[in-house]
Amino acid sequence: MDLYEYQAKHLFDMHGVPVVPGAVCETPDAARIAARRIGGTTVVKAQVKTGGRGKAGGVKLAANEDEAFARAGDILGMDIKGHTVGKVLITEAAEIAEEYYVSFLLDRANRAFLAMASVEGGVEIEQVAVENPDALAMIRVDALEGCTPEKAREIVEAAAFPAEVADDVVDVLIRLWEVLTKEDATLVEVNPLVRTTDGRVLALDGKVTLDENAHFRHASHADYVDHAATDPIELRAKAFNLNYVKLDGEVGIIGNGAGLVMSTLDVVAYAGEEFGGVRPANFLDIGGGASAEVMGNGLDIVLTDPSVRSVFVNVFGGITSCVEVANGVKAAIAMLESTGRPVEKPIVCRIDGNLAEEGRAILLAAGIPGVELVETMDEAARRVAELAAAGM
Amino acid sequence: MAIFLDGDSKLIVQGMTGSEGMKHTRLMLAAGATVVGGVNPRKAGTTVDFPDATLPVFGSVADAMAQTGANVSVVFVPPTGTKAAVQEAVDAGMPLVVVITEGVPTHDTAEFFQYAQNAGTTRIIGPNCPGIISPGKSNAGIIPATITGAGPIGLVSKSGTLTYQMMYELRDLGFSTAVGIGGDPIIGTTHIDALRAFQDDPETEAIVMIGEIGGDAEERAAAFIAEYVTKPVVGYVAGFTAPEGKTMGHAGAIVSGSSGTAQAKKEALEAVGVRVGKTPSETARLMREVLAR
Repeated sequence: MDLYEYQAKHLFDMHGVPVVPGAVCETPDAARIAARRIGGTTVVKAQVKTGGRGKAGGVKLAANEDEAFARAGDILGMDIKGHTVGKVLITEAAEIAEEYYVSFLLDRANRAFLAMASVEGGVEIEQVAVENPDALAMIRVDALEGCTPEKAREIVEAAAFPAEVADDVVDVLIRLWEVLTKEDATLVEVNPLVRTTDGRVLALDGKVTLDENAHFRHASHADYVDHAATDPIELRAKAFNLNYVKLDGEVGIIGNGAGLVMSTLDVVAYAGEEFGGVRPANFLDIGGGASAEVMGNGLDIVLTDPSVRSVFVNVFGGITSCVEVANGVKAAIAMLESTGRPVEKPIVCRIDGNLAEEGRAILLAAGIPGVELVETMDEAARRVAELAAAGM
Repeated sequence: MAIFLDGDSKLIVQGMTGSEGMKHTRLMLAAGATVVGGVNPRKAGTTVDFPDATLPVFGSVADAMAQTGANVSVVFVPPTGTKAAVQEAVDAGMPLVVVITEGVPTHDTAEFFQYAQNAGTTRIIGPNCPGIISPGKSNAGIIPATITGAGPIGLVSKSGTLTYQMMYELRDLGFSTAVGIGGDPIIGTTHIDALRAFQDDPETEAIVMIGEIGGDAEERAAAFIAEYVTKPVVGYVAGFTAPEGKTMGHAGAIVSGSSGTAQAKKEALEAVGVRVGKTPSETARLMREVLAR
């Protein structure tokens, strides 16, 4: 889960990474009050989970509270790369002398962590990496040893931070590592880390990605979920404990296992090329069991999406037999019918694997209107794309 | 031969007394695996009855190894205890630890992987994986043993159900070993580890490699194939339609910016002569062509 800047800074502050005080505002009036309280020149910053907001006009200076009110009015509701701005952060405008970059991230390839640091901060770090790779220090950090004071010193020296800020940056690195480990983050990034004209070292921006697998030991992280900005169907799926991702096509997808479902999306997209570019409407992994209840919830979720024209149920019975899967589909449709949510879209089922013949026989015998059985994944994808195109 | 797991493997199950552990221990025994016991400190000294065997429960991995000669541990311990369970197995010097558990925090995996690296005596497979099967010899994990039998194909995959699907498509040919390495950002055994082992395994004639979006493991595997693997390899990559920035089921399956895309992985594999199927069925057809059967 990616955090907003204000949330990342909240975690920074909790772990002693120096930040400037600020206030999150959802209205221009609140921005005015915040600017008055902070005093002097403030910065009004769009809170969006994407880069390049400065270029998009999402970061503005305000000389006084009236300007803060006006700038917040400009920025709130703005669209930045498809993200609508719902909140602005008002902070003190620091007098910047120099801009640096520091981060810790998961290094998948080396199965460890990586520290990156540069004295050329404030610009996109990918750009520094390409144009001036020598200016970006990259140091491996062992998962068990962590960022010790010696390691932090090594990073600071590798990036050639000026002597006057070296001790402060060492301290920031140690505290950022604490954010990474104590909060179970897979990325903490500060760009820019600045030296102010009055000699302070401050994290002016912050980016944090939290590991959702670790939520069980961080009850407070639930507060960071932005319900307003999350797709309502995704939220509902989460309540059912289902793994759903909304996409922009017309074919609803239900499958078991992340890999098979991803593969199903691809196969449907290929098949859809023949039918005017029909595409998958969602990713939904119902996991191993495929019981009637889980299948029912899955169908319910997928059919909530008004752009869905047809549904593809693609299950490989491994441990779970296809008999159970077929009974699950049958019972799920009956369950939706009996609770006043009858299935009105065509469903194409491909069930294969353990007891496939027996499972198919059950669905055939049930003769549910609108439910078709197709033997292979490729043929089923073609059929479901055809049905989606016909329903448009 | 097979890789990592063979007829001489003696398995214990950490978390055998839980519901998943019980169910899959029963299935592993039914598949002919030599499962010699379980570990649960709170139930040490008891036994558990299965249709094919009655197994002892030991208080620790070290006890289980000392008393049974076990050389593989299959871990079903929930995420809250996975790290401790794996580190215990590493401390005991367990040669192979197969971590089935899904939802292990990334920092925990990074730590137990490094712990095993430092010890230098344990190979970890997983976490969040279906395990490994060498049909007709042994089965460590949850891959259904009923899909197919022994044969000339080696399979390595990030995905469980795609592993099953591919085994099913090629069930008439059979497999030397199929290993599910898992879809988490950090995993103990990589595509490269499995490719190296398959290349060195005389029973494996050809290799299927299944990848998915996220990270650059497939790209690195492609470079390794060019340098080391002479056996034919066919590939499949899932996730061409995945949007940027969204995690697709597996914690590691995410396209970040322009990196980790299925297209880049496919191109990297094709550049080194690996034939990549557009769908699982087409991949299976490519394998048949490669084996000319």
